Amino acid sequence: MNLAGRIDAVVIGASAGGVEALTTVLPALPPGLRPPIFIVLHLPRDTPSVLVEIFTRKCAVPVREAEDKETVAAGTVYFAPNNYHLLVDEGPQISLSADDPVHHSRPSIDVLFESAVEIYGGRLLGIILSGANEDGARGLAAVHDAGGITVVQCPQTARAPHMALSALKLRPADWVLPLDEIAGMLTTLDRGAVAAQAN
Amino acid sequence: MDAEVSGARTAAGREFDIEFKLLIDAIYHMYHYDFRGYAAASLRRRLRAAMSRFGCRTLSQLQDRVVHDSAAFPILLDFLTVQVSEMFRDPAYFLALREQVVPFLRTYPSLKVWVAGCSAGEEAYSLAILLQEEALLSKTIIYATDINGGTLQKAAAGVYDVQRIPGFTANHHKSGARSSLSDYYTAAYGKAVFKKSLKDHIVFSDHSLATDSVFAEVQLVSCRNVLIYFNRTLQDRAIGLFREALCRQGFLGIGAKESMRFSSQAGAFLDFVPAERIYQKRAEL
Repeated sequence: MNLAGRIDAVVIGASAGGVEALTTVLPALPPGLRPPIFIVLHLPRDTPSVLVEIFTRKCAVPVREAEDKETVAAGTVYFAPNNYHLLVDEGPQISLSADDPVHHSRPSIDVLFESAVEIYGGRLLGIILSGANEDGARGLAAVHDAGGITVVQCPQTARAPHMALSALKLRPADWVLPLDEIAGMLTTLDRGAVAAQAN
Repeated sequence: MDAEVSGARTAAGREFDIEFKLLIDAIYHMYHYDFRGYAAASLRRRLRAAMSRFGCRTLSQLQDRVVHDSAAFPILLDFLTVQVSEMFRDPAYFLALREQVVPFLRTYPSLKVWVAGCSAGEEAYSLAILLQEEALLSKTIIYATDINGGTLQKAAAGVYDVQRIPGFTANHHKSGARSSLSDYYTAAYGKAVFKKSLKDHIVFSDHSLATDSVFAEVQLVSCRNVLIYFNRTLQDRAIGLFREALCRQGFLGIGAKESMRFSSQAGAFLDFVPAERIYQKRAEL
């Protein structure tokens, strides 16, 4: 699957087994990417997030914790801060929210995906990885319904398959793939910042 | 990129965007609640929830309801202003106030504190308890403000589900508590009612950070998880009000994931406890 020219942003959701899955997927991202990558990974509440530290060491692209109202930068990986929802807003800009948990989760994958659909519409790539609850299923369905590309980690290869199965139950995915093939797909994303990026 | 992005928007999405602006304008003109400076992403999500509550397929239908049925507006307002809080939320913030800000507060003959966006009152009661423990409450007035009158009534009642008390108690303990939370409420019929001795020092009142101005000089402003719902322009206005309300070297506490990075007011404040987002207004201002 070649994503060239089709994708303006990537959203990824995972929970149990997610760090492991991301460890295969994210290091494949080549430097100088154009689309930003937004990630919600469920963590136990009140644990300080070390995701940025872990993945900065493993990745060739910038990895940051998303900050409220910052302008989205090209080719950057943004993790949702623990205990806040991460939304993409007009600009595109980051917006955080302390609204109620969704599926007992804050950050919620559905909240991220649904907000990203409002901004990027059909030019969005949505990916659901390993996880033990059903958060993300509605969000991925929204990506599908807007004409975006949807990818679900092959449930047999997921440490916790429930999240992938819930997503597949709601809508068929464009691609159901093992992690290394998801990683391979991400290498075909567009490179190079666009001129208008500075906005 | 903007053109490209809006080009990717579905037709339904574009209609929603147009109706969204019209509804927000209608609310402003009809009811004088100004959501025009709110971050659209959260507001859109809340409006979609409201649409399903009202059984409306479109925002235009919701607008019709709200404009022609004034009884519907308070219900919609609850959706638009929903704020989730708890007592002593982020206990490390309260510990930092206690250990690093209270010593300054002791030096004033009388104290005024502003809890902006107080929602159902959890933060205001938390501060009242903290100040009571530090023997400062007797000389303090806490102004707790919000735009939602219904929520303010709940806040003034100070009644919370008893199931929430264990969480409040654990937070209180981590905030460096000098007393037991149970000293401050009586529990009956599944509810915990906070004491009048706290309420006597709290003034709950209607105030909008979007449209109103400063009403008092205060030594401390606590406004947490409110600014994230505003766009940069409205954040700037709100922080400007805090700056104006604060005395020289007064303190401002904001939410753990909020920052003054994008505010033109940032230069007016010094980082005081950076990890807990507590700022001090500069002496020369």
